[in-house]
Amino acid sequence: MANQRMENMSETYIEETAEAASTVANRLGINRREFLQFCAATATTLGLPTGAEAAIAKAVEKAKRPSVIWLHFQECTGCSESLLRAEHPTLEKLILDVISLDYHETLMAAAGHQAEAARKAAMKAHKGKYVLVVEGAIPVKDNGIYCKVGGHKAIDMVKECAADAAAVIAIGSCASWGGMPSTEPNPTGASSVGDVLGKPVVTIPGCPPNPYNFLATVVHFLTFGSLPAVDQLGRPKFAYGRIIHEHCERRAHFDAGRFALEFGDEGHRKGYCLYKLGCKGPETYANCSTIGFGDAGESNWPVGCGHPCIGCTEKGVGFTKPIHQTAVLRGMSPPASYPGIVEQQGKASFAAAAALAAIAGTAAGGAAMLAKNLGKQDAEQQPRQKGE
Amino acid sequence: MANNHAHAPAPLGGSLLTPFTLLLGALSAIAGIILAYRFFYGLGAVTNINDGYPWGIWVAYDVVVGSALACGGFVMALLVYIFNKGQYHPLVRPALLASLFGYTLAGVSVIFDLGRWWNFWHIFWPGYAQVNSVMFEVAVCITAYIVVMWIEFSPAFLEKIGMKDVKRKLDKLLFFFIALGVLLPSMHQSSLGSLLVIFGQQIHPLWQSGMLLPVIYLMTAVLLGFAVVIFEATLSSTGFGRPLETKVLTPLSRIMWGLLASYVALRVLDLLWRGALGTAFAATWQAFWFWVEMACFIVPLATLASDSARRSASKLFTAAVLLMAGGMLLRINGFLVGYQTGDGWHYFPSFAELMVTVGIIAFEILAYIVFVRKFPVLPAAQPATR
Repeated sequence: MANQRMENMSETYIEETAEAASTVANRLGINRREFLQFCAATATTLGLPTGAEAAIAKAVEKAKRPSVIWLHFQECTGCSESLLRAEHPTLEKLILDVISLDYHETLMAAAGHQAEAARKAAMKAHKGKYVLVVEGAIPVKDNGIYCKVGGHKAIDMVKECAADAAAVIAIGSCASWGGMPSTEPNPTGASSVGDVLGKPVVTIPGCPPNPYNFLATVVHFLTFGSLPAVDQLGRPKFAYGRIIHEHCERRAHFDAGRFALEFGDEGHRKGYCLYKLGCKGPETYANCSTIGFGDAGESNWPVGCGHPCIGCTEKGVGFTKPIHQTAVLRGMSPPASYPGIVEQQGKASFAAAAALAAIAGTAAGGAAMLAKNLGKQDAEQQPRQKGE
Repeated sequence: MANNHAHAPAPLGGSLLTPFTLLLGALSAIAGIILAYRFFYGLGAVTNINDGYPWGIWVAYDVVVGSALACGGFVMALLVYIFNKGQYHPLVRPALLASLFGYTLAGVSVIFDLGRWWNFWHIFWPGYAQVNSVMFEVAVCITAYIVVMWIEFSPAFLEKIGMKDVKRKLDKLLFFFIALGVLLPSMHQSSLGSLLVIFGQQIHPLWQSGMLLPVIYLMTAVLLGFAVVIFEATLSSTGFGRPLETKVLTPLSRIMWGLLASYVALRVLDLLWRGALGTAFAATWQAFWFWVEMACFIVPLATLASDSARRSASKLFTAAVLLMAGGMLLRINGFLVGYQTGDGWHYFPSFAELMVTVGIIAFEILAYIVFVRKFPVLPAAQPATR
């Protein structure tokens, strides 16, 4: 549906785009080219056809900036950091231009009761229209006493803010599925936003997620008035529709059987596949291998800089499986004609197996003989006991 | 107490040099030679352990199973001194002796398995110790229990060497050590299960019971304690030509049966609740060994169900052996069979590893024979007339 709208739009938009771009560029104090690059990057992230950047530019220019309430619970603020500390100088300016960030504990100037008052005011003024973004897991154990802001429990705050929100977005793995705080034995009962609210929400998992995935979701909301299509876990399909391994820049090494076997070895220095160092790319859904992370170039993601993926976006993989344990190949296995990926390691000797069998057999035989003899004694004693 | 005097312990006497003790001595010596080689040339020269399986049977059998099989002393002390069941008193000293060797050798075995064994004392040293670790709890607790057991058992030595004054003074303090001797094993036997908690999904779902692991390991340790007491009492009766102690063992097995029933119920409910039972029907080695393990618990549950069955020495003995096998399999399965560290990794003990374990068991039996012949351990009785 979005594509159809795009086609109609694209023709008349070419001229208007240039105009809109200039307006926004002036407003932000950046040049027009940079702004259009942002629009194009966002459109690409969303997987939209050519011309979409024009619609985005238009939407960003015209849209009344939606009020955003951003809550922080059990987290490290890494998601906010990844948005704001991106290398590209205009990204954070664009974010703050696209949205009206009315409440964000680490960014707002207000403090204490003033801050809480700002949240209440924003909720009242934009009732039913604001976007709620949740960063961090919500502890539910012992009535949720393990996380409080301004005397209010996280679990109460998220329910209160979600009640009148137009859309709820969970950013980061903690808010999306519990993330690191929910690692067993999960002492605080850290839970996802979806679990606490009892309904599916849009999730942008990652630790931290690529800022473009969040931004593209918000821009989609601005441009088309709806959130993007999501999978059964609430993840936008444009970003989490594929396994990292599918488009990994090191995939050719995997198929050719060239692996780094330890950090710093020849294969590692030559940029071979990190599968045998425990890369979770083959079982993790995310677009890390296709969208440069943090706007800082293509080598700026774990696999790009030589570390195996830890599967941070994927529940049951990130913060659950040991980092260097080899991944499960989900939905794919190398053809038989390709080099093998499993090395048989460790020994099992026939002599030892035979010896163990002999020991077990002797023990079982001895026990059986003894039981048989005891059975004879039982039989002798039985009549005697009855006689007594 | 009057009843107990009739069973006052006395040394058995008799010759120490028999073909059987010579065989045990030879097996112990072979283990000693292999261990000397291991300490000079390292773990890789002797064992099959590798990066995927950082421990082998020296930990899974010698330490985890070995200490659980040595729970007879703990269980008997619990029954006699805490629940005040005086009628089982004659079983305490022999059970304690077996526990003493079992635990001491389990503790020593840890050192065999440490790559840099010369650093073993770090775990006890305040600057090095990590007091939040389960491993620390296990190490300190087992060490403390070994010391406590030697003190608990020391009246037997003191009687023998005639240090009556010391024994009288110790008798007054002994209740404290007995209490510790019941507390400590319940702490570390449960912690041996807790060790598996942090391995998370590396442990097959059939054995990864999470927060129930300590309960499961403690319950089976107590079960093994009962089974071992029955096993040892029967073996030493037949081996030394003494009358069978079935009359004492029958009521003991009634308590054991109740515990066994609740254990099997808990184990099955846990598997159902975690939704892990389905994996037991897959065509895997794990599923196969799971069923063997469960059979070892369920068969005694069936055969010992009636009181008349519990009066049969042969049924008691068979049930005890099966329970020991079951408790052993639960631990081997949890620590080795169900331990999966990724595709391609294999472990099966090497011949040398097996011989060390066999040698340690042989040494335990040998030491037990020497002690009961030389020290007052077994209740004095006339040899059975056959």
